[in-house]
Amino acid sequence: MTIHETSPVHGMVDHDHLKSRRLRNRIRHEAIQFGIIAIVVALLGLLAYAVKSGLAEKGIRFSFSFLANTAGFDISEGWTLTAGEGFLPDFTLFSSDMTVASAFATGIFNTAKVAILAIILSTILGTMLGVGRLSTNWVVRNLCFWIVEFVRNTPLLIQLVFWYFAVVLRFPPMASAAHFYGLIVSQQGVFVPTLSWTGGDSMISMALITLTWVSVLGAVFDPVKGIRCTCVAATVVCLALLFATGGVAMSFPLANKFKASGGTGMSPEMAALLLAIIVNSASFIAETVRGAIDALPKSQWEAAASLGLNRRCTVKDIVLPQVFRVVLPSFGNQYISLTKNTALGIAVGYPDLFNIYGTIANQTGHSLEGIIIVMASYLILSWIISTIVYWTNRRLNPMGVSR
Amino acid sequence: MNLLKILTASIFAGVAFAATQASASVLDTVKQRGVLNCGTDNTAPGFGYLNTTTGQMEGLDVDFCKAVAAGVLGDASKVKFVTVTDKSRFDAVLTGQVDVVFAHTTIKPARESSIAIDFLPINFYDGTGLMVKADAGIKQFADLDGATICTTQGSATETVLTAAFKTRGWKDSKVLTYENLEKLFSALNSGRCNAMSTDKSALAAWAGNAPKPADYLILPDTLDKSPFGGFVVANDSKWRNALRWIEYGLFQAEESNISQANLVEKLKSEDPFVQKFLGIGGGYGKDFGLSDDFIAQAIKAVGNYGEIYDSNLGPKTKMYLDRKGTPNALWTQGGAIYSPLWN
Repeated sequence: MTIHETSPVHGMVDHDHLKSRRLRNRIRHEAIQFGIIAIVVALLGLLAYAVKSGLAEKGIRFSFSFLANTAGFDISEGWTLTAGEGFLPDFTLFSSDMTVASAFATGIFNTAKVAILAIILSTILGTMLGVGRLSTNWVVRNLCFWIVEFVRNTPLLIQLVFWYFAVVLRFPPMASAAHFYGLIVSQQGVFVPTLSWTGGDSMISMALITLTWVSVLGAVFDPVKGIRCTCVAATVVCLALLFATGGVAMSFPLANKFKASGGTGMSPEMAALLLAIIVNSASFIAETVRGAIDALPKSQWEAAASLGLNRRCTVKDIVLPQVFRVVLPSFGNQYISLTKNTALGIAVGYPDLFNIYGTIANQTGHSLEGIIIVMASYLILSWIISTIVYWTNRRLNPMGVSR
Repeated sequence: MNLLKILTASIFAGVAFAATQASASVLDTVKQRGVLNCGTDNTAPGFGYLNTTTGQMEGLDVDFCKAVAAGVLGDASKVKFVTVTDKSRFDAVLTGQVDVVFAHTTIKPARESSIAIDFLPINFYDGTGLMVKADAGIKQFADLDGATICTTQGSATETVLTAAFKTRGWKDSKVLTYENLEKLFSALNSGRCNAMSTDKSALAAWAGNAPKPADYLILPDTLDKSPFGGFVVANDSKWRNALRWIEYGLFQAEESNISQANLVEKLKSEDPFVQKFLGIGGGYGKDFGLSDDFIAQAIKAVGNYGEIYDSNLGPKTKMYLDRKGTPNALWTQGGAIYSPLWN
């Protein structure tokens, strides 16, 4: 017998009364919420119905069946997924006899390609500019200041057209382009030599390539303190052995009549879009970095100075690690808007998602379905980016700082 | 909850209102508005071009817009030109942003079957061609195996080129697309494109307007035919028929030798056909929902088809395209410009 079971009767009534009132409140609360959701869903349904009947009146069919049609147009660059033989899809260059869905996939691939490269490179350049704006050197400080000011205060579209027509297309033509050790910079694109796999499947080559990858990963991630130098050395040795045994060969780009073959290249459109977005985003990132550095307590600098650290070490080991914890969320915002800015590629003929949507809408007449696919794709890309940023932020700030 | 009722009621009312709106003909809308919204290009010399020295729109397509405005509203100045690109032109009509589009649009079956538009009669017969820099050493289409050929986005040329590569088995050739002819031409000049491909008339226009026309070579090949027509939103016979017969009227006027210059004396003509054609004492317009003198108004504004052609593409212009021996000549001279019977 515990004291609870023999509680006085009037207490029971009171308690019950309270419980039932809470329950009633909860039910009412949930009913209201449910009602609101139901109304929103009904409104959306009504809107969809109105759109569909409006289209039907004009003789437009709303359906996604056109995705299975043959595209019938070419895309100047880009890889795509097609239904392969087995379970895995084939990853190949797009050609005009593939489906419209594959054309969309090419667009998503091209958009993601530019976005990923721009995110990495603009972060590096932006951090350098941001640190440069606080430099003790007058020239560096003012140079960084004016670059950032100029880029942040002119429209990105205009910068993009400038990079394309005034910079990239002013490179020499393929025939007279300069070759620096196999690098070709021409108005037909930028081509670099690449390693190409010639080893087939001999045991020695396979073993060596595996070792190479392991040492590259070791060099990049540095799992054990001080192993990095060893890994870099191992990579060089493995590559040298691979060359010696004929496992890999250098593939140099060769200028043909119209374009280069061999090596790997970047089209002028992509180069211009990448340049424009990197420079533009970097200047925004630079401001964020500068603000975060300014916000650090001055005592951090003084403490580092009293330990006898020079300026480079102070920035690298003390300031930046603290800064990155703070700025990551705003970097995330910048990455998302950068990804959406790739849609400007249409202005220079880069076949990004939005550009390809335009062609598809024109050839098939299904622009509404197309724009729904495009919007969903950008939404998913943005979600992926914010998820990655969120998890990185969680890892960097285990104490719950700036969640 | 009252607020929600009002909200849903207003949405229902909006949908109902939109539904009733959609059933009225564009013809009535235009007459009510008093202004014709006409979609044209502004980068295609000879067809739809914004002349930067005068600030005026000019070209064959522009004149057709004016003719429609004169025929429907009795005043050629009552037209608002809305710039459309190869890509946006169909949506502009579907959404009601413009009432009609004249923008060197190639008539193809897929466009009438899968896009809800109806084409008007052909107002210019063209073909898909290619233009290269004269010093590139390219003399014919066959020399372009492996080249990058550029065109405009959403044009018929995109699929024409793709098909041409396929039939010839050219694996390395690429199609690169730009938003408009201006960017396309810049890309050709910079050397990014080995050739630019679009309708031959546009190629001639851009070469003709360039500082040094001799720098460019239009290849002899014609990849495909390319008949141009204006278009309106589908399932609006009242509007479409009115425009069709304004267009036929311009063809017939040339055949019957009625022009801007002699219109005043033709209006005094004793010939019963000419009287009825120009709407003296009754005419053809009433049943179309137009005024009886609609053709006279159109001719007064822009002249007959021959005059429109000559002022935009004739021997006095930079981009002279000879009519003789082409389908653009009148049918009485062996061409394909032909109006059905009016009597």
